Amino acid sequence: MTAPGEQSAARDLAAAVAHRSYGKLIALLCCRIRDVASAEDALAEAFASALARWPRTGCPVNPEAWLLTVARRKLIDLTRRRRSGETAADELVVRSELADGDAGETPIPDRRLALMFACAHPAIDVAVRAPLMLQVLLGLDAAMIASAFLTAPSTMGQRLVRAKQKIREAGIPLAVPEREQLPARLEAVLDAIYAAYAQGWSDPSGTDVARRELAAEAIYLGRIVSDLLPEEPEALGLLALMLHAEARRAARRDAQGQFVPLAEQNPADWNAAQIAEAESLLLRAGARGAIGRFQLEAALQSAHIHRRRTGEANGEAVLQIYDALLELTHSPVVAINRALVLSELRGVSAALAALGGVEIDARLREYQPYWAARAELLARAGDLAAAREAYEIAIGLEADPAVRGFLQRQLEALTRRS
Amino acid sequence: MQYLLMIYSNPDAFGKMPPAQQQQGIAAYQAYTEALKQARVYVGSNRLRPTSDATTVKVADGKSQVLDGPFIDSKEQLAGYFLIEVPNLDAALSWAARCPGASHGTIEVRPIWQ
Repeated sequence: MTAPGEQSAARDLAAAVAHRSYGKLIALLCCRIRDVASAEDALAEAFASALARWPRTGCPVNPEAWLLTVARRKLIDLTRRRRSGETAADELVVRSELADGDAGETPIPDRRLALMFACAHPAIDVAVRAPLMLQVLLGLDAAMIASAFLTAPSTMGQRLVRAKQKIREAGIPLAVPEREQLPARLEAVLDAIYAAYAQGWSDPSGTDVARRELAAEAIYLGRIVSDLLPEEPEALGLLALMLHAEARRAARRDAQGQFVPLAEQNPADWNAAQIAEAESLLLRAGARGAIGRFQLEAALQSAHIHRRRTGEANGEAVLQIYDALLELTHSPVVAINRALVLSELRGVSAALAALGGVEIDARLREYQPYWAARAELLARAGDLAAAREAYEIAIGLEADPAVRGFLQRQLEALTRRS
Repeated sequence: MQYLLMIYSNPDAFGKMPPAQQQQGIAAYQAYTEALKQARVYVGSNRLRPTSDATTVKVADGKSQVLDGPFIDSKEQLAGYFLIEVPNLDAALSWAARCPGASHGTIEVRPIWQ
């Protein structure tokens, strides 16, 4: 019999280790054999053993090393069960690692970065990179990921299985790429993390726990990359961008759950610590002297916040950032936001002219912010009928009821004017 | 791991080139093959005759059907292959990018079932 206190101590420790070291352990288990799925199975079995054993024997001093040793033994069992020519070779690899990596005292090396580069490898489908990272590095289950990415759980499960199989069978290396390939490959890693964050950020009802957690997990992944690659300005830029957005998460809804645009938010509702961290990351990134998309986007956030806090007009600086961003990305979304700034600085007709240039993009026809921006500019230009029509389309395209409500109020205000 | 680099390209393009350019193309493949051998990753390679010389065979209900032409009728056809032995997909992809076929066509990289 074990005392209930020891039971719960073991459970708490296992949960804490899972939280802080899941990805580290998976990365170590699969770094040589590249078999992510087997590593996940082996680690799950090791955690089950820990929960059965620790209450009786007491918690180990180095629980990570304990779990790693047990998981490596399980991995040998797993590969033996599926024995064929190839897995016999895997078994030898795992055995040799078990022999030289058994010491409980040595600190566990961090191979998570290598694993992230494998998850965001160009040979892996772009759409599955972010979900794959969330599962492999953080241990999130397929159902939760599927819900956050608006996908059927079975579909998401299949995609994840296929991606892990591709890593193993196509020989995708679990390694940090060589210097010359690093920038392009790092961009894919950062894009995947940002995609996870964006899914977490959209949160239509403001109450979706899976999505809110996803934003926090994406920030956690961003921290891993910026900790392990502290010299890479874009890694710092991405973390700064996510922290800036996160700092204003609560402020974008009022007490009734209605959408509050940035211009009307109360700076006192922002998370000052997150903003301060984002600003210092951005400074560090800027000192490296290599500008990039994420640094520019974070700089925009920084400029908006500065204006709201100090009341200083900084439109020209904001426009410069948009110019640089547009040149770098050619994104229609950037073009729209740039046009709104342009309307403040150079007048509505200059903005509408700039927006006219992006109109041709077919994707924009179904992009709500394009129509909302257009409506706002047309309203300011005095073309109320065309503005109303653009608002109608924007409202029809919006899935978030809070944002839809905001747009409807804009339209009502416009109707009162005419 | 072994990977097959399959070169897909438009078979008509080569025939339409002036002889000097054809020579240049062939020399590029020879240099590439030499580089693979120098790096000790070369296992084998072959250039295939055009799809006009291809014949397709299929057995259905115990009867063999023989047809003139390639399996898939498409503008780009399998023109040749290199079989290489490298540590991982990244190494295979960087060799595939150096293959002259990557510039005049597309290389499909497939791991060998081992």
